[in-house]
Amino acid sequence: MSLTVARVEPSIASVGDYIELMKPRVMSLVVFTALVGLLVAPGHVHPVIGLTALICIAVGAGAAGALNMWYDADIDARMARTAARPIPAGRLAPGEALAFGLTLATFSVVVLGLLVNVFAAALLALTIAFYVVVYTMWLKRTTPHNIVIGGAAGALPPLIGWTAVTGHFAVEPVVLFLIIFFWTPPHFWALALYRTEDYARAGVPMLPVVAGAPETRRQILLYTLILAPLGIAPWILGYAGPAYGILATASGAIMIALAFRVRAEEHRQTANKYLACKQMFAFSILYLFLLFAMLLVDRMSAGFLGSLFGHFAA
Amino acid sequence: MTMSDAMDEEPPPTGIKLTEEQQRARRARSIAIAVSLGLLVLLFYIVTLVKGPGVVINRPL
Repeated sequence: MSLTVARVEPSIASVGDYIELMKPRVMSLVVFTALVGLLVAPGHVHPVIGLTALICIAVGAGAAGALNMWYDADIDARMARTAARPIPAGRLAPGEALAFGLTLATFSVVVLGLLVNVFAAALLALTIAFYVVVYTMWLKRTTPHNIVIGGAAGALPPLIGWTAVTGHFAVEPVVLFLIIFFWTPPHFWALALYRTEDYARAGVPMLPVVAGAPETRRQILLYTLILAPLGIAPWILGYAGPAYGILATASGAIMIALAFRVRAEEHRQTANKYLACKQMFAFSILYLFLLFAMLLVDRMSAGFLGSLFGHFAA
Repeated sequence: MTMSDAMDEEPPPTGIKLTEEQQRARRARSIAIAVSLGLLVLLFYIVTLVKGPGVVINRPL
């Protein structure tokens, strides 16, 4: 592996390169879902403590991203989508990314433990370790189920947010975890279908590479059929109001419709062979965002109306 | 030869000489680290105010 050869000249890495290591786009989704977990949780947390928790979760996610880019530099260099990342592009030495990631991981967990609570810190440490060790180092290169199991890391942030408020582990936010967990495979496989050659060249055993496109399209449909009811579950279980229920049902129906189109696309021979896959990938991001945003709106409006009625009653 | 004479003499060039680009990059990174540490101190300060003194470190786990 030529990338591990130490660069002797001093670093030219810019601050922007380090920020890129933290995967800001992934981080924003992590912060957003953690915020929802934080606000949906029962009880009250001081806004400063809540903000502190979010900052720690964001930095912890950034640490996981940096460690992922450190370990995956050889894969990233061989894929068009990731070849321009700081390490494969030669702007940043692997050792710099490793040191940066380890420092941020330590600080984020310790600060979360000291300023918020140790249970949230333990969950954050678990999330980082799961993403870096279980997903990046182990599963990603060995099994087509890599993103299914690895998705657990991406699904944990709402639980961290919830635990930051309550100070103990709970079962209730598990439904939020399950939504993200079952969302991850169809989301990434839709992408992997039209990037199959990229993954094959890099030697990553993504499902389309190993099991073929037809099987992947079938699995996308299966996971989406589990995901859509899970999306409605917060309403059925009483965490969210009817507005959320309607939105989750409608957007879940679109997800299922797109998954069927992805499945039907299998036999198409035209240039637009991956149109439905691209639509599915794009809409899946919107879907997750809509569900969590609606949970947030629902919670905030309930709190607002509650205090309003409380005010009138008093 | 006095002490100051010895100090005035050009030392032989040793070690790594940074190029202008490397110096600029290092300076930017140093500032970013300073700002981050400053923000961390500020964070601990504000949280201590919010929680009240003595509760950040001294508390049951």
